[in-house]
Amino acid sequence: MTSGLDLRRFVRRDTNILQLLGLTVLIFAAMSALNPEKFLRPYNFESLTFVAPELGLLSIAMMLAMLTGGIDLSVIGIANLSAIVAGLFFHAAGGARGPGLINLPATTVAAGLTIALTTGLLAGAVNGLLIARVRITPILATIGTGQVYVGLSLVLTGGPAIVGFPALWDSIGNGTLAGVAVPLLLLLGIAGVVALVLTRTAFGIDLFLIGTSAKAAIFAGIRVGRATFLSYVATGLLASVAGIILSGRTNAAKSDYGTSYLLQAVLIAVLGGTNPAGGRASVLGVVIALVALMLLSSGLQLMRFSNFLVDFIWGAFLLIVIAINALRNRRR
Amino acid sequence: MPPPLLELRHIGKNFAGVRALDDLSLTIEPGEIHCLAGENGSGKSTLIKVISGVVVPDQGEMLFDGEAIRALTPVRAIACGVQVIFQDFSLFGNLTVAENLALSNELRDRRRFVSWRRVRAVATRAVARLGVDLDLDANVDRLPASGRQLVAIARALMSDARLLIMDEPTTALTRKEVETLFRIVRDIQARGISVLFVSHKMREMLEISEQITVIRNGRHAASGKTADFDEAGITRAMTGHDVGDVPYVWRGGSAAAPRLEVRGLAVPGRFRDIALTVQPGEILGIAGLLGSGRTDFALTLFGMHPGYGGKIAIDGVPVRLDTVQDAIGRGIAYVPEDRLTEGLFLSQSIDRNLLASCFRRLAAHGMLNRRRMRAAAALMIDAMRIVTPAGERPVMELSGGNQQRVMMGRWLMTAARILILNGPTVGVDVGSKAGIHAKLRELAQEQELAILMISDDVPELVQNCNRILVMHRGLIVDEIAASKTTEAAVSERLRLLA
Amino acid sequence: MTATSLLRRPETVIFLVIVMAMLAIGLVNPAFWQLGNMFSLVRANIVTGIMALGVLTVMISGGIDVSFPAFAMMAMYLTLLWMFATGYSGVALPFGMATAIGIGLGALNAFFVHSVRMIPLIVTLGTGALVRGFLLGVIGTSTINIDRMPTPLIDFARIDLLSTTGPDGGHAGLTAMVLIYLGFALLVHLMLRHTMIGRSVFAMGGDPEAARRVGFNIRRTTFFVYCLAGGLAGFTGLLHVSMIWLANPHDLAGMELDVIAAVVLGGASIFGGRGSVLGTMFGVFMLVMVNNSLIIMHISTTWQRVVVGVIVIAATAVTAWRDRKRIA
Repeated sequence: MTSGLDLRRFVRRDTNILQLLGLTVLIFAAMSALNPEKFLRPYNFESLTFVAPELGLLSIAMMLAMLTGGIDLSVIGIANLSAIVAGLFFHAAGGARGPGLINLPATTVAAGLTIALTTGLLAGAVNGLLIARVRITPILATIGTGQVYVGLSLVLTGGPAIVGFPALWDSIGNGTLAGVAVPLLLLLGIAGVVALVLTRTAFGIDLFLIGTSAKAAIFAGIRVGRATFLSYVATGLLASVAGIILSGRTNAAKSDYGTSYLLQAVLIAVLGGTNPAGGRASVLGVVIALVALMLLSSGLQLMRFSNFLVDFIWGAFLLIVIAINALRNRRR
Repeated sequence: MPPPLLELRHIGKNFAGVRALDDLSLTIEPGEIHCLAGENGSGKSTLIKVISGVVVPDQGEMLFDGEAIRALTPVRAIACGVQVIFQDFSLFGNLTVAENLALSNELRDRRRFVSWRRVRAVATRAVARLGVDLDLDANVDRLPASGRQLVAIARALMSDARLLIMDEPTTALTRKEVETLFRIVRDIQARGISVLFVSHKMREMLEISEQITVIRNGRHAASGKTADFDEAGITRAMTGHDVGDVPYVWRGGSAAAPRLEVRGLAVPGRFRDIALTVQPGEILGIAGLLGSGRTDFALTLFGMHPGYGGKIAIDGVPVRLDTVQDAIGRGIAYVPEDRLTEGLFLSQSIDRNLLASCFRRLAAHGMLNRRRMRAAAALMIDAMRIVTPAGERPVMELSGGNQQRVMMGRWLMTAARILILNGPTVGVDVGSKAGIHAKLRELAQEQELAILMISDDVPELVQNCNRILVMHRGLIVDEIAASKTTEAAVSERLRLLA
Repeated sequence: MTATSLLRRPETVIFLVIVMAMLAIGLVNPAFWQLGNMFSLVRANIVTGIMALGVLTVMISGGIDVSFPAFAMMAMYLTLLWMFATGYSGVALPFGMATAIGIGLGALNAFFVHSVRMIPLIVTLGTGALVRGFLLGVIGTSTINIDRMPTPLIDFARIDLLSTTGPDGGHAGLTAMVLIYLGFALLVHLMLRHTMIGRSVFAMGGDPEAARRVGFNIRRTTFFVYCLAGGLAGFTGLLHVSMIWLANPHDLAGMELDVIAAVVLGGASIFGGRGSVLGTMFGVFMLVMVNNSLIIMHISTTWQRVVVGVIVIAATAVTAWRDRKRIA
């Protein structure tokens, strides 16, 4: 087709992205004006590159579940369970504290990584099985499995946090590579891979089609069950990576860490242009939405807003965003 | 002579600059069955909305009983005795028949509390008035389509209806059920109630109505006594031109093995002992009533009834078709009955809809090349003559005929060798119908596709197939060579089965 | 009604499951059947049960609500602060006030669901976070202990219908609050079954478009269901702290999952149009009983959430399997 049409198409597809960018700049400007000294300090942005990625991964995971018209309310449970299982493994291998634990060799840490990722994979597979094979509605299935994963974390730890991870593990959460935070590199790498899979592979496009109409997808010969299953496995895997980063950054793992991330992941996914009813999603949109909201909350924290108040503002933001989207669609 | 029940004079209506209705006049006498005919998009549904007060016209007058009514609202329309039965019936599947019948009464009386005794009494009366037998305590979602329609009619008649508007009422009905419906419609007429029967099925219009009004592009195209019309006349009025009527002739083929050979095919409870062969270039029609097993037979060929019994061979090679992927891999394609829910991804682009079944084949080393995809889709848009400014447009913007072309195009992209169409022109207007038929013939003749056409539309089968099979209660009961039969003969055969 | 159709009803199924579970728990530890344990079991039903009635109504209408625990705590806390500020000592007015606050917050949900047409789960996730964030971030985080709790509330919630002395000499009473629960249950049942607004909830859950065409006021119904859920939550929030003599604004977090699980367990459909008060009460009872009986069965309480999760999965799996059979 002609390039003129392509351009129009690009603009239309990317109005959402452009608006998000505009929003980000606006937040940036507002926060800079409100905290002129603190907000613009490089340290502030640097710390964001460590804190934001875990939430970004959870948001991408949420976006994947929403893409097929589902939702995954168990992502936080999976993240914590993965970290706890790995932590218990390290404590068994190197003792509960002391140099034995901290200096565990790379091979053991790699084994721990494998264990954590496998936990996420299996947890995602259970979700996928329940949703794609048993055909339980995603909300109910993941409410149920979410309880089970949190419950297993409680059973495994007895309640208190597991404190103390190997130094190598912690460097996943707060190390740098060529001056860039490792979590940020992980986020960018994974976001790139997910974006590529979604736009350039048959599997990715199948997910868009399934989200638009699962019935039509069956009649088009798409393996709906398998693709849906795999998307939840990927969701679980992404959640476990988030859990690894979170436990590495804080050097601890607990059954109820990051519970407020659930809402935030939903918000970022929706703000990033994901249609919760399925069929529309954009990794780039989610990443920009993440940046916007992280700038907002860090600015608010610099203004000594409590975490609770930040939660309040996130909630308000979610509602305002959907209201604006609805207004915009109605006018169209 | 009493004034007409309803008179529309020079009605006009614009939607965002588009002329939906233009200088349209229509008169309905008391106790008359009036047919409103027109293609999809001709303004039929706007007209229904005007009469029921949902849409306010920009120009023109409306008279009930000779009195002009300004600013008709839905409530006033109901007070004037107008009742509409929508195509989807607007019933509540999770509620009982009795409650569905009584709800609007309770609402109209502005009740706050429900008396179940009153609900039952009202419902019993409504069903009795219609002279039908319905289980009042059954949930509506357990009823067949015909039962749901009876509930919808009974509900409409409860509120002192004087004009009953039925929007495409026969779509989901079998032939026998259509006859029951017609009997009921005549009963309604005998009570002095007028019926406006909105349809695009010629045969039914000619059978049921006394007056016909045909509209085209929002304008009056023709009207008069039904006795003065024949099918060609209505078609000409609806489309503005004649539609060709040349039957399909299969020239015979030289293939060593039949394209499709089926022996002893059976799915318990659905159909059994199906045996047939189809040669490349043949168009085989399958007629039969709803529930005859014809759709299940098609779905089995498409891999959706794993574990079927019997043998299937394609081009002489025995195959098992236990998944949709098996079937597609063997060159079988299926265009489903319900294009909107089973066929298309409405909010996705035309390109994606065309390519939906061949992304895996297009991906080199697992990755898709965008330019290649767009080029492939553009070729198909061209080949299928799909009218659109760009392949990136969402498929829901297309007309029914173009959407059906997208469905067919999707399968041509998978290099299908056997194309099964279930209701190839359902929801396609008369003008585009001919185009789709021509395309199917061309595919059969030039690309040697074997085509299986399942349809309720007997003229369509007789015109386009070289052979017609009749299915009944899971068996093939008849095979008719199209060259040796007429529409009337096939219709008669079906009527005997019903 | 024939025997088979009675057996098909979800209420019957869950009732039979409850009876079997009770027999099983009683076999493991006969102490289960002690009157004191029975009384505490009933007591534990009340808060979850009343909230479930609201969620049931929302679910029948085709929506879902995960914001009500936050609403409950907000209504409770504001009411208590008001009582401290004015020194008011009564019972009816505070409960009325908590209910009103809940209704107001429910209207917020309804506005977003109806006027903005957003998926209820997303809306109520948002309002829940908003309200809880506002409560903890602006109003206060401090727990109000028994020594500061208004005595009229405590005295009210302490009323027993009957009491016994257990074999160990302990005192056990059947709280009168169960009457409130049963009263609400009866009212909601009558509302759903015998009023037009109740039938409009079912109609809307069955087919919103058809409901609009028949002439139901969809907007009013939407506001009604979310305000009912909010109002019941507000009332129950205050009742809850009156019963435990401790008002902690962090309380009840995560409770939405239990309540939704109970409602689904009781046979309500998450797609709307189906559900009953009796089934929901059974669902609540089942969940509460399992939670309360783990200790009696000598199972560590850390297993609680695993057990609840497994029950939810099992129940929804059975429903999904049944629905699939029906379609086939």
